[in-house]
Amino acid sequence: MRQIVFLVPLALFLLLAGTIGWFMVESESEERDTQTLPSVLIDRPVPDFDLPPLAGIAPGLARADLGGKPALVNFFASWCLPCQAEHPVLMGLPAEGGVAIYGVNYKDPEADARGWLGKLGNPYERIGVDADGRAAIEWGVYGVPETFVIDAEGMVRYRHVGPILERDLERTIRPLLAELGG
Amino acid sequence: MRALAAILGFAALALLVLAAPAGAVQPDEVLADPALEARARSIGQELRCLVCQNQSIDESDAPLARDLRILVRERLTAGDTDAEILAFVTARYGDFVLLEPPFKPKTWLLWLAPAAILLLGAFGVLTMARRRGARANPIR
Repeated sequence: MRQIVFLVPLALFLLLAGTIGWFMVESESEERDTQTLPSVLIDRPVPDFDLPPLAGIAPGLARADLGGKPALVNFFASWCLPCQAEHPVLMGLPAEGGVAIYGVNYKDPEADARGWLGKLGNPYERIGVDADGRAAIEWGVYGVPETFVIDAEGMVRYRHVGPILERDLERTIRPLLAELGG
Repeated sequence: MRALAAILGFAALALLVLAAPAGAVQPDEVLADPALEARARSIGQELRCLVCQNQSIDESDAPLARDLRILVRERLTAGDTDAEILAFVTARYGDFVLLEPPFKPKTWLLWLAPAAILLLGAFGVLTMARRRGARANPIR
């Protein structure tokens, strides 16, 4: 009996060390990314926003435009290099049909945005110009690019932080869109 | 002459020590009303800059931190309470935006674990001391 009591501190230490070790290994793995913040909007309706269009390229974007069919809302800027990296992936998406791709142009001089889309192509059905970044704050965006998956009821279902690469499309976004009927 | 230099030097040092850290707040952000500005500074120190994650928005030079500082000041001017402003930001960015985690069922373990471990340790030490005491002072 006395021997067992003697082992209690050792057992507690091993439990603590094991827990810390497990979290260290987990945080390194791709499945559990501790740098990416969870969005508070998941399974909540799209926040209230109403943005003017990028004249000559696409009509503006407001809360009322979302819903009816699944959609991606992609926050982007011409000055953002990862946005350029994900751009071809977005360009390939409309061909798959059923999903609306909307853009929010974040703190970008309009001429720059127009030039960027003119050169690389425009994947967006609608583009809202968020010149002061206030709409992005409503969405809880903390960097570009960020992409939200919206279902046909206008609810936020998923947020992707950083560029959407082919791998992300394959693993999470395409299966989710299929589930939403896109 | 030397005494004067020493006094001046000391005064300069005292000013340096007493000066409040300016943070990253830019002059154009500062509110005219010092009471409101003081509240804005204290709210800013409670909110995490999500770009740099271990700085408050009061300390960070990130553009998003500046936007949030301006937002906090706008809402203060509009008459919001400090709690309303914190709730406004938390509704958009989640509890992680608060540098001090809130006390709620999800964080009970986080807040109570240190006290629980301390109590457990104290209990262990007491038990041991009592047992040793019993051995060291045998009944005569």
